[in-house]
Amino acid sequence: MPPRDTETAIRLGGVRVQFDKTELRFDCAIRQGEIVAITGASGSGKSTLLNIVAGFEMPDAGAVEILGEDVASRDPAERPVSVIFQEHNLFSHLDVATNIALGIDPALRLGVKERGKVASALMRVGLEGFGKRLPPTLSGGERQRVALARALVRRRPILLLDEPFAALDPGLRSGMTSLLLDLHAQEGNTMLIVTHHPDDVRALADSVIFLDEGRVLLHESKAQFLDHTDSPAVARFLGK
Amino acid sequence: MIARIERRFTVAAGALCLGGIVLFVCLAAFALLAFDEPGAARQAGLFDAYVWRVMRFTLLQASLSTFLSIVLAIPVARALARQPSFPGRVWIIRLLALPLGLPALVAALGLIGIWGRQGLFNTTFAWLGLDQPISIYGLSGILLAHVFFNLPLAARLMLGGLERIPGEYWLVGANLGMRPLSTFRFIEWPAIRGLLPGIAGLIFMLCVTSFTLVLTLGGGPAASTIEVAIYQALRFDFDPPCAIALSLLQITLTAALLVAMRLLTPKVEEGQGGGRDVRRFDGRNLSGKVGDGLAIALAVLFLALPLCSVIASGLRSDLWKLVGDPMAQQALATSLVVAFVSGTLCVAATAVMIRARQISLAPRLARKRHRGFAAAISMSASLVLLVPPVVLGAGWFLLLRPLGDVAALAPLLVILINMLMALPFVYRVLEPAMASHLARTGRLAASLGLGGWHRLRFVDWPVLRKPLLMALSFACALSLGDLGAVALFGSQDMVTLPWLLYSRMGSYRSTDAAGLALFLGLVCLVLTIAGTPSAARNDQRSKNAAA
Repeated sequence: MPPRDTETAIRLGGVRVQFDKTELRFDCAIRQGEIVAITGASGSGKSTLLNIVAGFEMPDAGAVEILGEDVASRDPAERPVSVIFQEHNLFSHLDVATNIALGIDPALRLGVKERGKVASALMRVGLEGFGKRLPPTLSGGERQRVALARALVRRRPILLLDEPFAALDPGLRSGMTSLLLDLHAQEGNTMLIVTHHPDDVRALADSVIFLDEGRVLLHESKAQFLDHTDSPAVARFLGK
Repeated sequence: MIARIERRFTVAAGALCLGGIVLFVCLAAFALLAFDEPGAARQAGLFDAYVWRVMRFTLLQASLSTFLSIVLAIPVARALARQPSFPGRVWIIRLLALPLGLPALVAALGLIGIWGRQGLFNTTFAWLGLDQPISIYGLSGILLAHVFFNLPLAARLMLGGLERIPGEYWLVGANLGMRPLSTFRFIEWPAIRGLLPGIAGLIFMLCVTSFTLVLTLGGGPAASTIEVAIYQALRFDFDPPCAIALSLLQITLTAALLVAMRLLTPKVEEGQGGGRDVRRFDGRNLSGKVGDGLAIALAVLFLALPLCSVIASGLRSDLWKLVGDPMAQQALATSLVVAFVSGTLCVAATAVMIRARQISLAPRLARKRHRGFAAAISMSASLVLLVPPVVLGAGWFLLLRPLGDVAALAPLLVILINMLMALPFVYRVLEPAMASHLARTGRLAASLGLGGWHRLRFVDWPVLRKPLLMALSFACALSLGDLGAVALFGSQDMVTLPWLLYSRMGSYRSTDAAGLALFLGLVCLVLTIAGTPSAARNDQRSKNAAA
């Protein structure tokens, strides 16, 4: 048995997903503690890759390893990941504090200590005192911050973000970007961010996975990727 | 110039229809209020013990029926929502829609076939050694029948609500590791809870005004609702003061309910189940699957067994003899004529009223008078709900009796009452169709100078034909299955299929009844299915509109 690879957070080996007309194949390894941007044209398989890691999608073949363990047969809740979507991350009929508390215990059995955790998570995302508000009364950016706060209390080593800023205004995006970077510096967790925005890549990523027609076309550091304009697909993505 | 004349003409016709409807309803109400027959002193009064008992029972059975329908519908809706790939799910959802089109009388016959003295359950119990048969008549039978009709209605509305939950909720729930109880508490129940006031109000209203089921399954004065008591007071006891007191009580009750529903409940959104692809991660383990399967199987059995009983006993009856039976032939002819005439009248009048409403609202700043007219038209549907068919019939019965033979006017009255019954439904089918048609073609037709016959022929008919025919089909089904109006006016000369079915059920010619029920049930189901917009057809239409 080979020694357990402690450097690698996520490894997809020969993963195949069959859709009606296309077949996606993923091979990649993501180092621990990195922020990885997953990018590419629409329909290139960005969200599918994320769903495979999260456990919302089962591959037809191949291995999915998280932190050196095969997680192929595990339910979404049993994987060491938290997920944030573009929207509808919060249950709109439950107040902010309850939404976060569900990350601590999905049956909502909470003690004083847990309530303290919720309050401090809210403080860390800059929403002190928002606990009693209902999601529809918040702005889109505030709602995403609440979702981040819930990810904080869950303390999972891997955070998956599926176009988390796509529904936000440019001003809010930069605020969210710096919040995300701060939290990453504090937690040191691994982040996968699906984005179709070159600015997000520049601002956030340590490395980039570039998908093209269901294959991992490139997986390299941000600097290399941004220079990689000899590839037409990358040049098109960067708008050069 | 011509366009202006045409508009005036349409508005006048709409006003005439509206006036006619209001007059028809108000004359009946007036007759009830002003009735004063010499000799029949009003010592019976509004508040005697009998009237109160009937009202208490009406409210009791409606409350229990509503409660049972909703409580039992929750696990069914949840199971169907949780198991998107349950075998035959589409057909199960269609089965849930079936009772809506089934005449109450036919369903009652089916329920008796399963739960009655000679039915499946009592035979099984007798075989197991239980010598006391369970009786379907009385409160238990009424509840059974009301649950049979309203459980599927509630389940479908709830399923629609559950399927409108954003897909991310299930993903978040799965990611957080919610167990079934938490999923229900935090995701499913809030979605259902929001719908409950609307669903409960609707079912309660249907059960308060329920006539046929209570008449056939109530069995005796102990289990009688206001509507049935009105019928009995007029047809058997001939006690007009009592009928009047009951009618006024019924109008007050429905009025209070309508107001309460309008004030308290958000609009129930119509949800067609089984459309969108929902990805859920709960209910995939064995216990979830078994529990859901059990809930679905029980609901299917509960709904399908009475239907099968109707089919089976219908096929066992002597259908050929029935076809040759002159009474049956005459009843069929009468029913078809009544249904077709009342349906056509209803669709035509509703279409004209909707068009008149559109015209009077067309100016950017419509005059107050015009807006009032438009509001009156959209309120006429509620006016009809306010005065249930039996009450309407009771009013006209009292109004016409001094003039001589009521029986001579019976066909006309049954047609008019059936027409009014269908009006709210027809209005709901036609109004959106005509509104979107106007939005799409109104300006273009006006700029081309298309009007009158040409507009009707080239612009309106090709587009509106489908909703008009659908509305007609639904209205015909309602009229064909109706027993309420004809029960008051039926006689030797005025026999419809449901009336014949009811009298043969009573006179122990049950094989005839079984054959008639099968036939009536099939015709009404076909007409209702033709009159219900399917989800697939809706998609097609919106696609065409987008293209």
